[in-house]
Amino acid sequence: MQPVLTEKEEKRNTVIEPEEENWDLVIEPKHSLLDLKLKELWKYQDLLWLWVRREYVGAYKQTIMGPLWHFFSPIFGTLTYILIFGKIADLSTGGVPMFLFYNAGIAIWNFFNGCFSSSSGAFLSNAGIFGKVYFPRLIMPMASVISTLIKFGIQISLFLVVYLYVILAQDYRPDVGLGLFYVPLSLFLLAGIGFGFGIIVSSVTTKYRDLNMLVGFGMQLLMYATPIIYTYSSVDPDLKKYLALNPLVAPVEAFKHAVFGIGDFSAYSLLYSFCWMVVLLLLGIVLFNKAEKNFMDIV
Amino acid sequence: MSVVIKAENISKQYRLGEVGTGSLKDDFKRWRYQLMGKEDPFLTVGEENDRTIKSNADYVWALRNVNFEVNKGDILGIIGKNGAGKSTLLKILSRTTGPTTGSLKMKGRIASLLEVGTGFHGELSGRENIFLNGAIMGMGKAEIKKKFDEIVDFAGVEKYIDTPVKRYSSGMYVRLAFGVAAHLEPDIMIVDEVLAVGDAEFQKKALGKMQSVSKGEGRTVIFVSHDLNAVSQLCTRGLLMKHGQVSHVGQISEIISQYLSDDVKKPVYINSFPSASKPLIIQKVAVLKSNGKIASDFFHDEPVSLKFEIKINDPHIKANLFVMILDGKKRRVFACESESVHSNMLLKIDSNFLVRGNYSIHAFINQPKIKQIDVVEDECHFNIIDSGSIMAKHYEYDYGVVFGKYSWSV
Repeated sequence: MQPVLTEKEEKRNTVIEPEEENWDLVIEPKHSLLDLKLKELWKYQDLLWLWVRREYVGAYKQTIMGPLWHFFSPIFGTLTYILIFGKIADLSTGGVPMFLFYNAGIAIWNFFNGCFSSSSGAFLSNAGIFGKVYFPRLIMPMASVISTLIKFGIQISLFLVVYLYVILAQDYRPDVGLGLFYVPLSLFLLAGIGFGFGIIVSSVTTKYRDLNMLVGFGMQLLMYATPIIYTYSSVDPDLKKYLALNPLVAPVEAFKHAVFGIGDFSAYSLLYSFCWMVVLLLLGIVLFNKAEKNFMDIV
Repeated sequence: MSVVIKAENISKQYRLGEVGTGSLKDDFKRWRYQLMGKEDPFLTVGEENDRTIKSNADYVWALRNVNFEVNKGDILGIIGKNGAGKSTLLKILSRTTGPTTGSLKMKGRIASLLEVGTGFHGELSGRENIFLNGAIMGMGKAEIKKKFDEIVDFAGVEKYIDTPVKRYSSGMYVRLAFGVAAHLEPDIMIVDEVLAVGDAEFQKKALGKMQSVSKGEGRTVIFVSHDLNAVSQLCTRGLLMKHGQVSHVGQISEIISQYLSDDVKKPVYINSFPSASKPLIIQKVAVLKSNGKIASDFFHDEPVSLKFEIKINDPHIKANLFVMILDGKKRRVFACESESVHSNMLLKIDSNFLVRGNYSIHAFINQPKIKQIDVVEDECHFNIIDSGSIMAKHYEYDYGVVFGKYSWSV
């Protein structure tokens, strides 16, 4: 039975209700999974850039060579790959000079790996700051993806110097043209997949860290399942069927097509990778938002 | 006055112990219940949070059904003993963790200062850190630029503004961090014990700033501190927390006197939340004069009696009562043990035994060699006054805790 309201009560209800219910923020134990909180993220965009700067500047304070250190690991990595995969295993580079081939491979893999691993540590490595103040937690892994992109930019500049030298001095003529437009697309796909997968791992491992162990060596295997140290076209057709399932193949091949003109990919394979990226991103953001709520209690 | 914060039935449950297979088992059970559309089974378990009582439960309620409202322009002081749930409440208010049940509604921008200098990077300069810290708290770059000079001025660090903050003294660090937060212009500002670090001048400045943001600009401040002086100077209203629950809300002076009266050492211990799961519970302990009246002051030549009331839920259990007397420095004077446990027990301490000073007791119900069933620690405070013993002239000297039974011979 409905309670009968007097006129006065009715009036009060109608007057007070809209004012009282006008809350800017309601904190409840559960929230809608579909609320991706992207609007809030946009409000904090200044923090994103400042955080990138902090990570970047902070890392090289009191070093003399600063970001030049980024050259060292790819140079030595490339030399090792030349020795092991080029000279000893004698793998085909599809006619591309070895240094360029392995250097580009390392740069692109480091980029993906960097996006993934920095996002996957988002909760654990920022636990201190997350415990003290609220801001959209997604800012942190996003900032690390951007700093990974900067790092890639530095590493690829080394590649470009050698690339131009080889073209001018050694008469290497790669079949490059409009294909260069594939570079941003390829980076976008790799960053999206790495970020999405990373924040999924980050959210799932806040309480039970077992998955972290698996992921460490899984990434190593994944590198060998991606045409980094070999050319995709040289792979046995029977094996190719399985390799094609790896969403990283198409963007990596697109990148190689762009700079060397030797990639083996199609619009469908790129679309396949794109679908992976969308699914991983959506799932990642949903899980991440769910995990951020109480992660301080269980981390 | 409009309400800017409204907490409705906020509870927060924590799991005790480590994350491991035990927690995995509980998680599976939770998921199973969730799939079946039932309520979380662990919400019905868990004990009220009192660290002084040993507990076998896996879950504990750090907050239980907390309700309160804060009006615009209030400076609300939250006080309570350690472990009363103040920090948990602040964490929920500042959104670093969510409530287990209940809801919290707020209006306007919230800034929390749970620990100053959040996100400060030691390698970056003061200038860079101001921008970074401001952004973490939700300010845009343009907004910080506008406030920049004011912040530097407030913190008094003009000279060091381009020096990495790792070179700052801890006082400068705190001043800078507080400066950023204070100039954030939040509608609601949450402050936790930051004032403890700075010097007297800074503390005055910080208190003044907090007062002016509330009075002058109509903002709301929530302040948590153990420093009752600061609380009483600054706050207009108070909220007293006790064992995870709101015990009192009201004018700050009333709340402080309530808090202090709770803190007076009493000659009586009463277990106000007896757990039904324990077979034996120490319900009440009182210190009595020989005439049976409760008292806290005794002469040294008067006997002191301790009366124990024990609730027996399981009469078949074999246990004993173990009592220990502590002096004012918490040194153990002596201990004694009963043979069995009864619902009413009286322990008499002879006259001419304890010397002048403050005393308290520990009491345990033990299942010998199995476990402690119930524990009462450092309760039932009483005083012994020396009314003219042989040692009375050494009144300031620490000559021990008991009168010896001895004789000289020559």
